Amino acid sequence: MPSKNFTPQGHYVAPIEETPVAAVDVLDETQKARSTWADAWDSMRRRPSFWISSILILLILIVAVAPGLFTPIDPRSCQLSDSNGAPSAGHPFGFTRQGCDVFSRIIHGTQASITVGLMATLLVTLVGGAIGALAGFYGGILDTLVSRLGDIFFAVPTVLGAIVLMSVLPVRTPITVAVVLALFAWPQIARIMRGAVLSAKNSDYVMASVALGVTRFKILLRHVIPNAIAPVIVIATVSLGTFIVAEATLSFLGIGLPPTIMSWGNDIGQARTSIRTSPQVLLYPAAALSITVLSFLMLGDVVRDALDPKARARR
Amino acid sequence: MSQPVSETVSLLEGEANAPLLQIRDLEVGFETQRGIVPAVRGVDLTLYAGQTLAIVGESGSGKTTTAQAIIDLLPGTGKVTGGQILFEGRDLTKLSAREIQAVRGNDIGYVPQDPMSNLNPVWSIGFQVEEAIKANNIAQGKEARLRTIQVLKEAGLSDAADRLKQYPHQFSGGMRQRVLIGIGLSSRPKLLIADEPTSALDVTVQRTILDHLATLTRDYGTSVLFITHDLGLAAERAEQLVVMYKGKVVESGPSQEILANPKHPYTQRLVAAAPSLASRRIQSVKHQAPDEAEIFSEGSLDDALLARAAEREHAAPTKDLISVKNVSKMYRIRKQGFRHDELLAVNDVSFGVQKGTTTAIVGESGSGKSTVAKLILQLESITSGEIEFDGQDVAGLRGSELLKFRRRVQPVFQDPYGSLDPQYSVGNTIAEPLLAHKIGTAKEREARVRELLDQVSLPSATRFRYPSELSGGQRQRIAIARALALKPDVLVLDEAVSALDVLVQGQILNLLTELQTDLGLTYLFITHDLAVVRLVADNVCVMQKGRIVEAATTDEVFDNPKELYTQELLAAIPGGDFEFGR
Amino acid sequence: MLWYTGKRILQMIPVFFGATFLIYFMVFSLPGDPIAALYGDRPPAPGVIEIIRAEYNLDKPFIVQYFLYIAGLFQGDFGTTYSGRPVADVMAQAFPITFRLAMLALAFEAFAGILVGLIAGLRKGKLFDATALVVSLLLISVPTFVVGFVLQLIFGVQLGWARTTVSSAAPWGELILPALVLASVSFAYIVRLTRASVADNLNADFVRTATAKGLSRRRVVTVHVLRNSLVPVVTYLGVDLGSLMVGAIVTEGIFNINGVGGVVYRAVTLGEGPTVVSFIAVMVIIFVVANLLVDLLYAALDPRIRYAK
Repeated sequence: MPSKNFTPQGHYVAPIEETPVAAVDVLDETQKARSTWADAWDSMRRRPSFWISSILILLILIVAVAPGLFTPIDPRSCQLSDSNGAPSAGHPFGFTRQGCDVFSRIIHGTQASITVGLMATLLVTLVGGAIGALAGFYGGILDTLVSRLGDIFFAVPTVLGAIVLMSVLPVRTPITVAVVLALFAWPQIARIMRGAVLSAKNSDYVMASVALGVTRFKILLRHVIPNAIAPVIVIATVSLGTFIVAEATLSFLGIGLPPTIMSWGNDIGQARTSIRTSPQVLLYPAAALSITVLSFLMLGDVVRDALDPKARARR
Repeated sequence: MSQPVSETVSLLEGEANAPLLQIRDLEVGFETQRGIVPAVRGVDLTLYAGQTLAIVGESGSGKTTTAQAIIDLLPGTGKVTGGQILFEGRDLTKLSAREIQAVRGNDIGYVPQDPMSNLNPVWSIGFQVEEAIKANNIAQGKEARLRTIQVLKEAGLSDAADRLKQYPHQFSGGMRQRVLIGIGLSSRPKLLIADEPTSALDVTVQRTILDHLATLTRDYGTSVLFITHDLGLAAERAEQLVVMYKGKVVESGPSQEILANPKHPYTQRLVAAAPSLASRRIQSVKHQAPDEAEIFSEGSLDDALLARAAEREHAAPTKDLISVKNVSKMYRIRKQGFRHDELLAVNDVSFGVQKGTTTAIVGESGSGKSTVAKLILQLESITSGEIEFDGQDVAGLRGSELLKFRRRVQPVFQDPYGSLDPQYSVGNTIAEPLLAHKIGTAKEREARVRELLDQVSLPSATRFRYPSELSGGQRQRIAIARALALKPDVLVLDEAVSALDVLVQGQILNLLTELQTDLGLTYLFITHDLAVVRLVADNVCVMQKGRIVEAATTDEVFDNPKELYTQELLAAIPGGDFEFGR
Repeated sequence: MLWYTGKRILQMIPVFFGATFLIYFMVFSLPGDPIAALYGDRPPAPGVIEIIRAEYNLDKPFIVQYFLYIAGLFQGDFGTTYSGRPVADVMAQAFPITFRLAMLALAFEAFAGILVGLIAGLRKGKLFDATALVVSLLLISVPTFVVGFVLQLIFGVQLGWARTTVSSAAPWGELILPALVLASVSFAYIVRLTRASVADNLNADFVRTATAKGLSRRRVVTVHVLRNSLVPVVTYLGVDLGSLMVGAIVTEGIFNINGVGGVVYRAVTLGEGPTVVSFIAVMVIIFVVANLLVDLLYAALDPRIRYAK
């Protein structure tokens, strides 16, 4: 086929019927209106990993709230005669060294891990988020003070600080563990929130709102925080998983939750003595822990992809 | 040098009149989940040795994709789905990765669009130039270093030898673009692809750099494929034009011919709307007898503009609504150590804005024009001087007085992507000022939102939408509607049309003009683009380095610029070499 | 660079004092008798309390106690262990072992992590990438002590390829398995970080320009993509040191290694509060100093930081 404008010096005009000129800048009214959150939801619900992790998390939450629904066996009624017993009917995961039912202990241990994870996440998100938002938005001396204070807490790795504090604390409950972890973990969220607030604060829409006469605090609440919250949500989801691991590590070291409180970390720690003879005593609670953490990490990944400003902006 | 001059010449003689680059029926598509989305649909173009050809089009026209397809630089999932790209008779689309790598740099150089992001921030300038020279086997070792200096000097960096070890962030935008041009030409390629090489730069810098590029390519006999959105620029810089629209070529041919006699409706629209051309036309018409002024296509901006320009000349001066007296703004900039630098962003500036008129503040980046806008909007406090609005000193207004002022003076910002909160629906965005000033009931506010949307020619259903669903022009309409919500007297338009495509820009300018007439608005128009000023402004203040260097009526500034800097700015408007009015 | 270094050192000083003060404050200003709290359920021998009181200057005001402690630090007095040995002595003995372990782990996580991350980033969306993502998520979700036990069980007990516990001299060879355990989580994070960074940089304008210059694919990937992707990875290594320290406590505990982590592990599990506090204070100091070094390395990698005002 010969080229349409083979003579290069000639004046070529495309057939107008083949290249109709559309009206300039007309709103496409066929598409449905949607907010950014609706968009994010749309992209999330297409991902299988969103459903897998959400369903797992929901299940884990139900187990944490009502463990009795999942096992009739009392995790504390242990027979030494069953010590390290193999799985049997009604005892799918076998028995611990003390002769307790492994499955029942896992079910009943869920609550402690989830409580610590949720509490610590809630604390760092609220406290760290608020501190970071105020520091970033108001700047000045408040920002300097808060940032330096954050640097100091950031210089103590979370679990190291928790080891020190937990080893001297007289009371050890899921709440104290959560508070101690949050105490050393807040600067991370604060930093992220501060950065996000700073970039939202310098956007033109905030300047436009100022010029419209909207008050500073209302701008912070209505424009800045809603636009800065996305990375915090992502980090909070992932943090939930890491807090659960941190609690397990502390319990494993014997300074997390006391042995009287059933938790996966405690069970794994105690199982180490019988690891060679009956590894399932260690592996099942470890698997429960890992699946829980994995669910939150997976959800965090999906949420990140859905809220990613790079993928969304300027389509 | 890898290509001795004699060889090039003999090649030319051997294949006299064989095109250097011939694109035939090129199709490029991007793979998505919903299948292949075409971006370039059957493009043909022919470029002869030593010629300059410009592809002109708006964003999304496929002009950049076409250029990138030539040397296999398509981003992401893009790929050539049909057609041929013949370079010296060889089909580039059939080459292996290694073969095309040999063509890149050596035979075809490339100058990208944004000088800020196209140099690797972690390597020195010298390294990045030398790397290109070595990769194309132009020189090795010590000689490569010498060649690097030579390349940079030719590109216009006189102190190249001293600056080899510096990093991109230590160079200005213009200097970086010179480096990129140096890299693109370092192997003396036969063809240079220049993709909007200066659209991120100030107009005067743009002019010098394009002049320099033209000299270099002429000296080396390099053909240039020039990609631009600016029809005036294309016509000025290239002999041949290819106009693209929605992935297709709608018109092509000699630039003079196309500009003087555009045949395709799309090209006609472009010619009519391009501010650089329109401002030139107004200039040339003013010096002609009225009956000769009919050479323009019908229904273009020109009639209305000419009428306005004539009207301006007879308008009686009114009272200043805004009066800026000896205003300065000083910023303290932290430097290394505990020292501060003082930057006088605005230096003793005085001007007035008459009620119902448009006053433009023109300047390049760093001139302080946007700071002036912020000072007037009371978004920044002045260091010294006085700003009066309607006879009242507004500096340091607080509380309800400030709120009252804000109701009367509203801004529209440049970036149509940044000036609307992405989390707010259009309706909420437009209603926000009403809510902030506690005006009306929910029902009344909704009625007002509909009315405002109608004023900016958007359907009332737009209020349910979110900014991410709207085009740049539509967003800018929303921003204007929001600014109008409180029925202000003054709009401060800070580069409000600069980020838009030409046709959309024309529409918004028309809208602004209509609104001004209907509502009796006063505009303060901040821009870097003198061509646009010609179309809309009554008075002009030219700013340079914080000072107003020239202030007069638009006609005076264009007809009889007194300052050298203003003359430079005027000369930098593209399309100057083009003869209008045959 | 000189200016930057000076600035970072100056910034480190308040962090150093703040962090040590924080730890000191936590331990010694809790309600009740700090000595009793430190010793938990196992009260120390009579007389020890008096020694400890004198050691920590508990008879003096709190702020004086703290500055006496800091003064001691600068004279090489890092405190004493539960059994009364100077921490500095134990450190001198245990540190080389931990150092070897940490170097092995760092080498593994950095090299393997960056390599896997690079390949995954270059092949985003392909099978290798998907596998790397899943495996890295798994590694992050399984706590270090579980990985330790499992690898110990598989390689030490069942396959017999490695010793389940490391001898007191801790030669390099015996540290390989523990180092892998220690590196596992950080390896996963580095894979993910490198992958994201590589994928980002691949789309960068300067990479397209580098290709347009006529550079080979290999050169574009190594000199432009990989080089730029290292900047965030190096920054991460600094923060990661904290988790490496916690990991060392767990790993050395599991493999019975006589390093710093092992000492802390035994002190924690046996409830020897003073040892824990003294050692962790030293670890935090190392963390602060190491982060300073990482910051300098970061500046060396990124000229924009180096020349920042």
